[in-house]
Amino acid sequence: MTQKVAITAQNVVKAFGQGAAAVRALDNVSVEIAAGEFFTLLGPSGCGKTTLLRLIAGFEMPTAGTILIDGADVTEKPPNHRPVNTVFQSYALFPHLTVAENIGFGLKMQGRPKAEVAATTAEMLELVKLEQMADRKTSQLSGGQQQRVALARALAPRPKVLLLDEPLSALDLKLRKEMQVELKRLQTETGITFVFVTHDQEEALTMSDRIAVMSAGKIQQIGAPRDIYTRPVNRFVASFIGETNFLPVDPSPHGARLSTGDVIAADGDGTVLIVRPEQLRLGPAGVGAGLAAKVTGVVYFGTDIHVNLMLADGTALTARVPSPVDGGADFATGQDVAVTFQPGAARLIRE
Amino acid sequence: MSPAEQSQKKRSARNGWLLSAPALTLLFIAASGPLLIVLVYSFLTPGQYGNVIWKFSLDGWTGILFTRDIFDGTTNLADAHLTIFWRSVKLSLMTTALTFALGFPTAWFIATRPPTQRAMWLFLITIPFWTNLLIRTFAINEVIRNEGLMNTVLIGIGLISEPIRLINTDTAVFIGMAYVYLPLMVLPLFAAIDRFDMKLLEAGYDLYASRMQVLRHVILPIVKPGIVAGSILVFVPSLGAYVTPRVLGGGKNMMIGNFIELQFGQGRNWPLGAALSMALLLIVMAALLVYVRASTKGSNPHG
Repeated sequence: MTQKVAITAQNVVKAFGQGAAAVRALDNVSVEIAAGEFFTLLGPSGCGKTTLLRLIAGFEMPTAGTILIDGADVTEKPPNHRPVNTVFQSYALFPHLTVAENIGFGLKMQGRPKAEVAATTAEMLELVKLEQMADRKTSQLSGGQQQRVALARALAPRPKVLLLDEPLSALDLKLRKEMQVELKRLQTETGITFVFVTHDQEEALTMSDRIAVMSAGKIQQIGAPRDIYTRPVNRFVASFIGETNFLPVDPSPHGARLSTGDVIAADGDGTVLIVRPEQLRLGPAGVGAGLAAKVTGVVYFGTDIHVNLMLADGTALTARVPSPVDGGADFATGQDVAVTFQPGAARLIRE
Repeated sequence: MSPAEQSQKKRSARNGWLLSAPALTLLFIAASGPLLIVLVYSFLTPGQYGNVIWKFSLDGWTGILFTRDIFDGTTNLADAHLTIFWRSVKLSLMTTALTFALGFPTAWFIATRPPTQRAMWLFLITIPFWTNLLIRTFAINEVIRNEGLMNTVLIGIGLISEPIRLINTDTAVFIGMAYVYLPLMVLPLFAAIDRFDMKLLEAGYDLYASRMQVLRHVILPIVKPGIVAGSILVFVPSLGAYVTPRVLGGGKNMMIGNFIELQFGQGRNWPLGAALSMALLLIVMAALLVYVRASTKGSNPHG
């Protein structure tokens, strides 16, 4: 890889507590984050994603392993000696300072000349579109504005890497969508490496260049959003990112043999067949190929309809089909249908 | 707001005033009555055996700073009075500074304990309040006097051969006042630090501040209301302290409180005592005004 590496974590272990009661929040995690990348740590709460971020920031010291930022070993260094800045989940804005003073804080602590602090602060205020708010106290701002101050404050010292700890989780849905676009714009404009922590898979998919899916202190899979969605490596990743149907199968020379006896062509290797609900097609029963199934429920979602199905042997499946234009019902509970898979949609994974 | 709502609001406000009127009246009389008596007495003439003669005189007020020579009747600056004022202010400032130096780490320690333990630590801090001030002051006396615990132990282990003479010095008064008023500093500091968002420490370190810079630029400005409150709570009673300088300072090292007492006792000069009391009150009020001005300046949300 010719690309520059911004962050390297090598065999990082972080244990909380002592002896037998110790909990491994991070269990031998290794990851490389390229310079200029929008990298997301995704996982449920308690998976270790925030711990990894705090280790990179320097708020926690690893139990074992090394952390390199821009090629330099920073494992032992305190946060104020690391070229990274953090956007905190709670923003952690200084309540006694104005918006402008908050943004200039990092530069002031670095001992930069007053003129430079003022110029960079003005530039950052413009970047996050808060020029009018420069002299306000942070308590007078809305949640979205506070969020932008937190961003500007962390960006002002031009860190090598910007760490974002679930920064959007306190915002309402509409604001969150706006800030997602805003964040992406800031990242493109500044060219700074972003390491973004979230438990929201949609946020991760829409914003990231690459995602690391974490669970139980381990990285389960690293890849581009498309790779992770279409080619999950295990059941955890498949179920955490989007919705998936899991079908137990036996290996067969032509693909995978379902418990109903049908054989389905599938890539991959393993004993579980996965298929996304939107990759299923429903047709009238008895016409052409397809698995025989009975509709057990229909849920209307607006953009599409979720059809709950049951195969002949009792295996449950969910299909997502586009909503009819007139809003009418295409399927009724109890109806018999034939289920077909989009070509290439079925994959085999290990447990 | 509709007219109906407005009139309802007015009515309930009026009812509130009416209902609290008895309490307010009582408080007003209790608070201003004695003060008024002191104010009036300060402008009267001293009686021969104490008390006052109802004749207007400014001698009480001029007596604060000047003495009239009993032989030639000339008026001179009262050096002894100034020494007492200066000692009072100096010792009070030193007490405030020492209680802050000791109280801040203490309050920080308590505020950073797990919530279940905090109540116990605060309880321990308030235990000295359960004992009478006089008893506690005599206990300090017992510790620091020449044949007291401290000197006995130090001589016993051979660290010193002569007792350290602390009792009846300004230092003894200083130590005693710091001991007595320490909880008054710790409690408001704790309240301020308890509200402090510890995430801000991480934010400070993250933005390249060293430990000292975080203390100076993040912690101290944010807990400033607690520092101001604690300093006022310590400084004001220190300035008027009576028991501590009396017991630990001996008769010589008087503070304003003892000096005032002297005028009502042996001095038999009630107007001077009353004038001194009023002067003390004015000094404290002026100090508070300056303090409050200074502390609210930076935190005005619209400033």
